Amino acid sequence: MPAVLEIEGLRKTYKSRRRGTRNALDGFDMRVEAGQVHGFLGPNGSGKTTTLRTLLGLIRPDGGRMSILGHQVPEALPVVAGQVGAIVESPQFFPHFTARDTLSLLASAGDVPANRVDEVLELVGLRDRAGERVKTYSLGMKQRLAVASALLKNPKLLILDEPANGLDPGGIREMRTLTRNLAESGMTVVLSSHILGEIQLICDSVTIISLGRRVAFGPVDEVLAQHSSGAVRVRLEAVSDLPAAADALTRSGIRVTGQDDHLMLAGVDKPAAVTRILAEQGLYVSELSPVTVDLESVFLELTATAPVPGQHRQVDQSLKVGGPEQSGATGGGWGA
Amino acid sequence: MSLYRTELRRLTKRRFTRYMTLLGLLVLVAVVLGTFFTNQKLDADAVAGAERQADRQYQEQVRWSEQERAACEAAKAAGTPNDGRYPDDCSMITAPPREAIEASWFLPSTFNFRETFPETLIPFAAILALVGFVIGASFVGAEWSSGGMMNLLLWRPKRLTVLLTKLAALLTGMLAVTLPAAVAWFAGFWLVATFRGTTEKVTSGVWQSVTLTGLRAVVLVLVVTTVGFALASLGRHTAMALGGVVAVAVVGQFGLGILLEMANVRFPQVWLLPTYVLAWMQKKVTLQDWESCNATVFGECKPETFDITWQQSSVLLVVGVAAVLGAALWAMRRRDIS
Repeated sequence: MPAVLEIEGLRKTYKSRRRGTRNALDGFDMRVEAGQVHGFLGPNGSGKTTTLRTLLGLIRPDGGRMSILGHQVPEALPVVAGQVGAIVESPQFFPHFTARDTLSLLASAGDVPANRVDEVLELVGLRDRAGERVKTYSLGMKQRLAVASALLKNPKLLILDEPANGLDPGGIREMRTLTRNLAESGMTVVLSSHILGEIQLICDSVTIISLGRRVAFGPVDEVLAQHSSGAVRVRLEAVSDLPAAADALTRSGIRVTGQDDHLMLAGVDKPAAVTRILAEQGLYVSELSPVTVDLESVFLELTATAPVPGQHRQVDQSLKVGGPEQSGATGGGWGA
Repeated sequence: MSLYRTELRRLTKRRFTRYMTLLGLLVLVAVVLGTFFTNQKLDADAVAGAERQADRQYQEQVRWSEQERAACEAAKAAGTPNDGRYPDDCSMITAPPREAIEASWFLPSTFNFRETFPETLIPFAAILALVGFVIGASFVGAEWSSGGMMNLLLWRPKRLTVLLTKLAALLTGMLAVTLPAAVAWFAGFWLVATFRGTTEKVTSGVWQSVTLTGLRAVVLVLVVTTVGFALASLGRHTAMALGGVVAVAVVGQFGLGILLEMANVRFPQVWLLPTYVLAWMQKKVTLQDWESCNATVFGECKPETFDITWQQSSVLLVVGVAAVLGAALWAMRRRDIS
């Protein structure tokens, strides 16, 4: 499948006399294929927004290569800008204009037909409030307006940074449906979000960034599978048989953790092997279920940002790929 | 072209633009009306009235001098010590001649178009320049601080084109206000002169001169507007321009003025911006050094002078605009937008 967005070795360094040199992006790579909904994940300060701003020409990179729709950017941005709709970080609009005026001015600047304004207002649910000034809007309504502004161009690539921020549950569901519909219509969507359950539901593939570097990427299923520990939960008909079962499995090289009414097995390649070993011992399985991982646990594991009781994690404390396992507050990521 | 039209729309849609323009125009109207109501046409009655007042003044002077002379002679006869109140010779106390009291002193104020109108173009330029400065600063400053500029750059990634198009739209808007306002200003004061003064001796040469002064006023408005726009863009906030002006006014002008006075610099006004603005409008400002004394062949003492011409002012304006706008463009091109 052709790549709509490609980033290779992207670097952005901030230099400060007081704080020294910090690598907001440290050789970051990313690839998004056409027609996908791609999740872009990372802890606060990991470089997500810096990546998007750099991609859109708002920040000058210090190295690396980027292309959108086959054109090198930022050089070719004037050529591709008409095919890229984007909202970056929190929605920002001139507060004294109405939503309709705001969109109408953008449409006029971008040579978009005026009737497209009403279409996108309808699409994001702001039709009846379009005549009100933006400063009267709630965060969720501003977010809808931001999405509307990104959709105005009917882009081939839609970049949404935290689109669900401030939305009510109904709004989040609507945004999910909208995103899916857009992808089905052929639009490629890059979605940055911290609502990992949403990402897992909507996205075909993900890229996870930590301290300016890619720590995981690929289709969601594959990323989950790669980080699944092969854990299996086993229950037997008789709880009294658990010690004998644990003994037999341990002898077969499987790591076993005993629980009150079941066993947790780790490093199991083929669950069928477990039933065979236990059956040979006359022990009969009542439940054998692989323990699945979700995107949140994979994210926390990959970025090393899982909360630890009694500790207060700082924003720059996350995993650095290719460096020490755990980076301290002096690591990169500042300025993202 | 669509961006230019859009920016013109954005400019005119902004309430701040509308209110500031309206406020500036109202002040201009107030000036014209104030001039109208504080001036009168000089007819025969007014001249006769002034003559009568001059006569009355003369009679008072005569009466007063006679009283004083009598008091002087009485004091002299009584042998009262002369404490310097009266001269030794009391006959020296006389009234001034009648012709020394001019009837023109008692004439009501009248608006002479030829003499007074060119001066009115200075407040005209100052008021509209102030309006242009704050509108220019707010137009781009609010865009930066509200995130509108970032949004626009996502649509139009050519940064310099965007900034210069915004400036072009702003200057077009200011020109669209200033030119009709200038025409109305000319017409307003022509009416004031017609009904409350005189339009005598307004030759084609006079018209040419005031038209050129009017054009310089328009240029000044556009220059100040550009500076406000560029300063706000440089600081990415409206307050940057307003703060810059306060800093220049307080530190650069008042402070510098006091320092130059203390240092006994011969022509301190040479270092102050308003001198050049005045020279631009009046074509020439002649500074005088009252500390010096150059005796003339007639024995009088004339101060040394220093001329600042509108050509020198134009160089300063061009260099100033180029520096500030150049810095804004450089920052727009080079700085990250975050």
